[in-house]
Amino acid sequence: MLLKKLSEAHGVSGDEGEVREILKEELSGYGELRTDTLGNLYVRKGAGRKPRVMLSAHMDEVGLIVVGFEKSGLLRVHKVGGIDDRVLVSKPVRVGKNRVPGVIGAKPVHLQKPDERKKAIQIDNLFVDLGVRNQDEAEKLVKLGDYVSFTANARAVGDNCLTGKAFDNRAGCAILAEVLKEDYALELTGVFTVQEEIGLRGAGVAAYTVHPDLALVIETTSASDVPGTREAGHVTKLGAGPALTLMDASFITPEKMLRLLVQTAEKHSIPYQFRRLTAAQTDAGKISQAHEGIMTAVVAVPCRYIHSPVSLLNLTDWQNTLRLVKSVLQSIVEGGLPECGSY
Amino acid sequence: MRELLKKLSETHGPSGREQQIARLITGEIRDYVDEVFTDTLGNLYAVKRGNGTKVMVAAHMDEIGIIVTFIEEKGFLRFSNIGGVSPYILLGQKVVFANGTVATVGMEKLEDIKKLAFDKMYLDIGAGSREEAAANVRIGDIATYYRELTFSGSRAIGKAMDNRAGCAVLVNAIRELEKTDNEIYAVFTIQEEVGLRGSRTSSYRLNPELGLAVDVTPAGDTPEPPVAMDVYLGRGPAIKVKDASVICHPRLKELLLELTEQEGIPCQLEVLQAGGTDAGAIHLSREGIPSAVISIPCRYVHTPGEMVDITDMQNAVRLLKSFLSHPLEMQKIFPCFLT
Repeated sequence: MLLKKLSEAHGVSGDEGEVREILKEELSGYGELRTDTLGNLYVRKGAGRKPRVMLSAHMDEVGLIVVGFEKSGLLRVHKVGGIDDRVLVSKPVRVGKNRVPGVIGAKPVHLQKPDERKKAIQIDNLFVDLGVRNQDEAEKLVKLGDYVSFTANARAVGDNCLTGKAFDNRAGCAILAEVLKEDYALELTGVFTVQEEIGLRGAGVAAYTVHPDLALVIETTSASDVPGTREAGHVTKLGAGPALTLMDASFITPEKMLRLLVQTAEKHSIPYQFRRLTAAQTDAGKISQAHEGIMTAVVAVPCRYIHSPVSLLNLTDWQNTLRLVKSVLQSIVEGGLPECGSY
Repeated sequence: MRELLKKLSETHGPSGREQQIARLITGEIRDYVDEVFTDTLGNLYAVKRGNGTKVMVAAHMDEIGIIVTFIEEKGFLRFSNIGGVSPYILLGQKVVFANGTVATVGMEKLEDIKKLAFDKMYLDIGAGSREEAAANVRIGDIATYYRELTFSGSRAIGKAMDNRAGCAVLVNAIRELEKTDNEIYAVFTIQEEVGLRGSRTSSYRLNPELGLAVDVTPAGDTPEPPVAMDVYLGRGPAIKVKDASVICHPRLKELLLELTEQEGIPCQLEVLQAGGTDAGAIHLSREGIPSAVISIPCRYVHTPGEMVDITDMQNAVRLLKSFLSHPLEMQKIFPCFLT
């Protein structure tokens, strides 16, 4: 299963090579493949056709980076991307090119002062333990600047759900890969972007390069349908279908793009929901601002416990997101681009 | 000016949904320019052709608003803000959607008013159920303050003076402008309130030689003003020195000052600590575009009771006309970097 393989690959922002190689192998023969200087992977199909559509999914995941060595051989680390400090402690990780195994450790609970126990352990008080005796041994295994990523096997749980790491956004990558295996009567460029989690860095360059007529971002978004939040505050709900973005901190979905997605979903009886959070950012922020402005929208797979090694998604949601993306391409083939910017 | 300002102020046009305000402006300006067109994201361009310097004048036409994110079973609407909307200012207001549906803003019981936040508030359109509400308002629909524009002497009070005051100044300046050599692009930009998004793409498209933004700026002439600023209502348009998004090109700033002196136009200077305007995006477009800003002093920015002075706007029109009809010879304005 491609999603499982992608999820288990290591690819913290700036170090997406392993993920890219899996995708290159998977998609070889399905289009023209090219990698740019930042590491974005482009797969183009139907060059020269009109309109020109870009689909994107970011390859990177959140993680840590080694910033120092203790004499004891423990590694000091910083976060790469938005990780909740509370998620970090006691997790198995892999470090550096050789995927050296380690764990994230902290001061034991019985040595913590009473007020320390009440608070989440901050990143400054966490370290990565490779099980070595001293700094020299640690430095033989990893280097300063090496990336640290969660390690977890993606596995099936419950009723058609999958749990694992980096579903944000390997779930999107897997959808994009499946979409690219079929042909459509338009020019399609699938872009697997880099460094989304640290500021949408790959996407702007990709959109500038491709300069499409329309772009669709395939993402993974929080499902917060858990105790302690009320319905209006659920960002999305697991099992309720792909989530459509109304707006986020970087982007407002044009009304005509929203209608295109909604009408397509309804026509094909694909369940959908609206993302009820207007914060956070996606690649759409940069893509929509490229060149003279690009019509853009975002569809996302709902996922609980995002940015943790126990993310949990519903495979029917994933399938429905894939169906929606394919159907949107079909809608564009049949009905053309949504008329935009006309008053 | 008053009639135009009233129409502009009361028309719906939140960031991302500028269709109605763009349509109004198109009608107001079409007969006075050579061409009107829009782009993918919805920026509106009005062009006066010429063989001289290519100038882009931007006035953003969007206003702050709120977006529906969820409809409760009983028909109440939950929402989030678009741009700088304060929950305290919003409380007790009426808001209006593009289709004319009006809602009142309610709040849940709070132990402390300091805990007021959007997730404790809701919109009530008088619907009894989710279905009834959904027949009038869809998730994703965007509302703005509902407010009539009124006048008190030379002062106008209403919503969206930020930046319909700027739009009115630009429309009037274009209408009154006599034939010049300069090629003038009046651009009514979208989504300024959420990050200068329309000016970024439109300045990229036009690649002008000079950029100018017309926008409001907070006045500091009220008791204990929230923004301590030496800008006063009624003392004329403010020529911006800097804000958080741009340091205006000193040569353009000087040129604007010279023009006010020549023409006897009252004006003041403006230094704004926080906040930005379209010039922030324009001056960084492509290889860099020398840009300046003419500001209209405005009290109570981002409230439904924004106040501007009509004489400041009229003087801004005079200054803008004077600038646009000036022979904007690049080598004369910028001898330093064009030789």
